[in-house]
Amino acid sequence: MEQEKRANGGNEGMDVRHVALLARLALTDEDAELFRGQMADIVGFVRKIGELNIEGIEPTTHAHRVENVFREDEPAPGLDRATALANAPEQAQGLFLTPRIVE
Amino acid sequence: MTYEARIGLEVHVQLKTRSKMFCACSAEFGDEPNTRVCPVCLGYPGAMPAMNREAVELTALTGLMVGAQVAPLSVFARKSYFYPDMPKNYQISQYDRPLCIGGAVAIEWEGREKLVGLTRIHLEEDVGKSSHFGTSSGVDFNRAGIPLMEIVTEPVLTAPEEADAFLQALRQMVRYAGVSDGNMERGNIRCDANCSVRLRGETALGAKTEIKNLNTFKGVLAALRYEIRRQQDVLAAGGRVAMETRRWDGETGTTASMRSKEEAHDYRYFPEPDLMPVAMAPEQLAALQARIPELPRARRERFCRDYGLPAYDSEVLAADKAVADFFDETARVSDNPKAVSNWMMTEVLAKLAETGRTLAETPVAPRQLAELIALVDRGQINMPTAKSLFATMFDKGGDPVALVEQEGLAQVSSADDIGAWARQAVEENPKSVADYRSGKKAALQFLVGQVMRRSRGRAHPQKAAEALEELLKG
Repeated sequence: MEQEKRANGGNEGMDVRHVALLARLALTDEDAELFRGQMADIVGFVRKIGELNIEGIEPTTHAHRVENVFREDEPAPGLDRATALANAPEQAQGLFLTPRIVE
Repeated sequence: MTYEARIGLEVHVQLKTRSKMFCACSAEFGDEPNTRVCPVCLGYPGAMPAMNREAVELTALTGLMVGAQVAPLSVFARKSYFYPDMPKNYQISQYDRPLCIGGAVAIEWEGREKLVGLTRIHLEEDVGKSSHFGTSSGVDFNRAGIPLMEIVTEPVLTAPEEADAFLQALRQMVRYAGVSDGNMERGNIRCDANCSVRLRGETALGAKTEIKNLNTFKGVLAALRYEIRRQQDVLAAGGRVAMETRRWDGETGTTASMRSKEEAHDYRYFPEPDLMPVAMAPEQLAALQARIPELPRARRERFCRDYGLPAYDSEVLAADKAVADFFDETARVSDNPKAVSNWMMTEVLAKLAETGRTLAETPVAPRQLAELIALVDRGQINMPTAKSLFATMFDKGGDPVALVEQEGLAQVSSADDIGAWARQAVEENPKSVADYRSGKKAALQFLVGQVMRRSRGRAHPQKAAEALEELLKG
């Protein structure tokens, strides 16, 4: 119940503005209205699962019961720096440049 | 009114692996920026993580060392947030199914042993490193994806010094087991601290603040001292401590509230679909159990018991595993473990500090140090000669017995030789002789020095002093 309330942003409809902020999306009022309806629908679809009787069923995180998929600890070369930086909008001294991070 | 503090730590320990947590990029320190990167650690769309077995095992090994439960099933999760040093816009971490649960680290506190309870240990990836210029910031992703083990304590630490003792003990343990280099300068251990203050006698915890940006043990001490005082002042003035995240500023020596916008977190954890759960098999745990080395405390006790060392010596020697190993090997083949301890604590540690080298980087073998000590004990060389011989062995290598022969350093005890040097010293230093005879006994030391110089350091110092006293009597 707690979880459900959180998913709804505490309201009946999804808190679209909050979700947009978390996703760093700028929404117009019309966008917000459209998505509020669509996301409420999605939450409604998912809520359908709540009707199932899951008594005694172990929760799983994956569809397949596969465990322990490991890689051995062997280093291997990755990308050379020019390639790695090729898509950087801005770069200097081998670094990706971003607008100054507020500290 | 008296207050008491409650502190909990979240310690990030960089694991000692050769490659990163979810890709094969090298995890080595240093190198030019963005030269140890690939589509996975740069967060390219579609790139798939692959879990480093060694990182998982080192974390489980740590769990076993602290008596934690290694979870039968452990799951990785995505922690979503935006920050330029996080290329995927989520960090792969663990949420409700961490690798290790519970356990405790033993520390010395107020003269007694105290167990500091742990909440959990989980595994996650490090982020990139940013540096700041005028109007821009630069990001280096070499560090992004390096495996970090996060160790979370219960809020049971009562003072900044106790938090420090915990960190020291933890660092010693992970270094002993080869889980981490534990190198502070390289940021191998970083921590956040949760801190609250309450009136003594109250049972509920006070409102806590989380202090970020603690990159050195000294920083942890200073930040906690400041923050406890600050909270006490707020409470004493009748105020309430705000629950918030504060950033430690080492330069001003203060903590400051991080603006709420920076704090607006909603990580929306969910299971990482690209990584399968980890289930540690009993055989795997048994194999890890066998990897647990003798830990510092057991070693200190054994040094006292088996070699008859004072507690102080054992403490100094066991602090660093390489030093403790070297001592152990030397003492095992020596007849005089206490002398080995003295040599380790003075000459050896001094030389290491002076040259910045590690024992592995010096040519001296434990057997050779034991031989050097035996030469002194048998009176074949004197202490000053032994010290200069050790310096040669440390710098250039060589067997002490062979070096003594080659350089003719064997101690001279013959009365004839010493007598001759003593007579010369007396003849050439009439002023010291007069001083001595007029009661300045210290003048004898100068004359002994003259004998040592003439003998090129080989004369038996005690016998030289006796010969001089004999001469000066008449």
